[in-house]
Amino acid sequence: MSSYFIIFISAVFVNNIILTQFLGICPFLGVSKKISTALGMGFAVMFVMTLSTIVTHIIYYSYLRPNNLMFMTTITFILVIASMVQMVEIILKKTSPILYQALGIFLPLITTNCAVLGIAIITVQKNYTLTASVCYAFSSAVGFTLATVVFAGIRERLAITHIPENLKGAPIALITAGLLSMAFMGFSGIVH
Amino acid sequence: MKKSRKISSNFINMALALLITCSISAFAVGYVHKITAQPIKKARYQKELAGIASVVNEFNNNPYEEKMIITTPDKKHKLQLFPIRKDGIVNSYAIKTYSKAGFSGRINLIVGFYIDGAIKDFVITEHKETPGLGSKINDAKFKKQFNGFNPRKRIFKVRQDGGEIDAVTGATISSRAVVGAIQRAVDAFNNFYKGTKDE
Amino acid sequence: MNKQSLDNLTRGIIKENPTFVMMLGMCPTLGVTTSAINGVGMGIATLFVLLLSNAAISLIKNLIPDMVRIPCFIVIIASFVTVIELLMQAYLPSLHEALGIYIPLIVVNCIILGRAEAFASKNNLYQSLLDALGMGIGFTIALTILGSVREVLGNGSLFGWQFLPEEINPMLMFIMPPGAFLALGGIIITVNHFRGAR
Repeated sequence: MSSYFIIFISAVFVNNIILTQFLGICPFLGVSKKISTALGMGFAVMFVMTLSTIVTHIIYYSYLRPNNLMFMTTITFILVIASMVQMVEIILKKTSPILYQALGIFLPLITTNCAVLGIAIITVQKNYTLTASVCYAFSSAVGFTLATVVFAGIRERLAITHIPENLKGAPIALITAGLLSMAFMGFSGIVH
Repeated sequence: MKKSRKISSNFINMALALLITCSISAFAVGYVHKITAQPIKKARYQKELAGIASVVNEFNNNPYEEKMIITTPDKKHKLQLFPIRKDGIVNSYAIKTYSKAGFSGRINLIVGFYIDGAIKDFVITEHKETPGLGSKINDAKFKKQFNGFNPRKRIFKVRQDGGEIDAVTGATISSRAVVGAIQRAVDAFNNFYKGTKDE
Repeated sequence: MNKQSLDNLTRGIIKENPTFVMMLGMCPTLGVTTSAINGVGMGIATLFVLLLSNAAISLIKNLIPDMVRIPCFIVIIASFVTVIELLMQAYLPSLHEALGIYIPLIVVNCIILGRAEAFASKNNLYQSLLDALGMGIGFTIALTILGSVREVLGNGSLFGWQFLPEEINPMLMFIMPPGAFLALGGIIITVNHFRGAR
């Protein structure tokens, strides 16, 4: 049990997927202007990341590895992720219009997003068991949500303050992200 | 209606397009994989061999042919031992060892020993330590003090633990991990040597 | 070279520079630029994939039904990335190790799918190649600049040549994650200044 806790703390704080590993920057910078959209994106990512890690993990260990096809990892994974997201979108549309309203628009953004593919590949590189992989993927997504929501909160405040002309838009966002990343560095070392 | 040269999106066309694309891609990637398999193996082997060569004396044998697996006395850790020979005579040996007690996790290193058990040099092959801090364990300044240090004759620990090794400033944990890894190699070798002596 | 071709070539280098202007492909940009040479390596790898994928997609654009074009593009791009990864593993192992997980992530680099969708699927081979060249060069230049800034400030070296004496400690922050954000932010502020001043 404790090792899962360590995976969780490590993925959310110490090795935060966005602020330390730089996976998922595009949605981080693009969707984080309001806390509500950030939350929506976060939940969508939690859902897709966990689900796709399970599927890619199973495919890797039951097919790719035994047949020595590890070099096909990238292609297989991205195809699986893309198809899964498509399927999820269709199923959501039919079964739960409310959920689709909340998460639907984010789903295509997640497909071609380093975060999901990156975590799927890292999980397999770390040789985690299936349950550990689920824990890791979910925790990384929680870390994503945490970073994005905090960031959105700051940006909402920034939107009503005065910002010098040259800093408007991307630069101030990046500098904020940098400071946030620095803050998170304070967590390093809690997990030995 | 505009003149379109595009193929219509009916089911057969879509399925066919996907099938053909995937097949061509599978063949192409498979082919490249086949022709790069050997060079990739060779590249990995070259890198490790270079690492070994950098920490031992001159040699002209193939250390891999004589590679042995040695274990620590508590039987918990298996390490690889490479005897180094020049013209048939062993003049040094290299051991691939590791520590999980690095600041940021696992540190892999290769240590070279003289035949009297003194350390010649070591090289960190893999680490995730903090750049500029823990990463200095791979710097000449830290490594220099290990040359000629015989763990059997002197206290092989960092100064903070009562030993004679000066840790990297601000990176005691990383330095300690390196010492621990080398100590592990020493223990395993002693265990192995004791075993062969008893035969 | 006629005006349209020149436009297609230079667009990606300055006016629509993928990193400094369009803010695409941020993940490898921030993750890999801990040194100038890493930036160059990643830029060139991406350039190759861009050239290959733009070329392939521009050649087959009329053979692929519209509804399946994205999956087909993804398969093609993923294949090229895997090929480049295997070649790097075999012949440039240290660069492969330095770039690590960011190599397979070239597949989801928005620049590549973006150019395939926006340009290569609608233009002929020659123009698509020019476009890929321009975008790739722009990306490489951006990454090299960012990598150089981070390496100089954070490591006291440039392209491996240590110019800072050992006694002076560089600002380590810049080769660590926060530094990536700050350095890129700083560069864009400078770029904005020059764009605004025009």
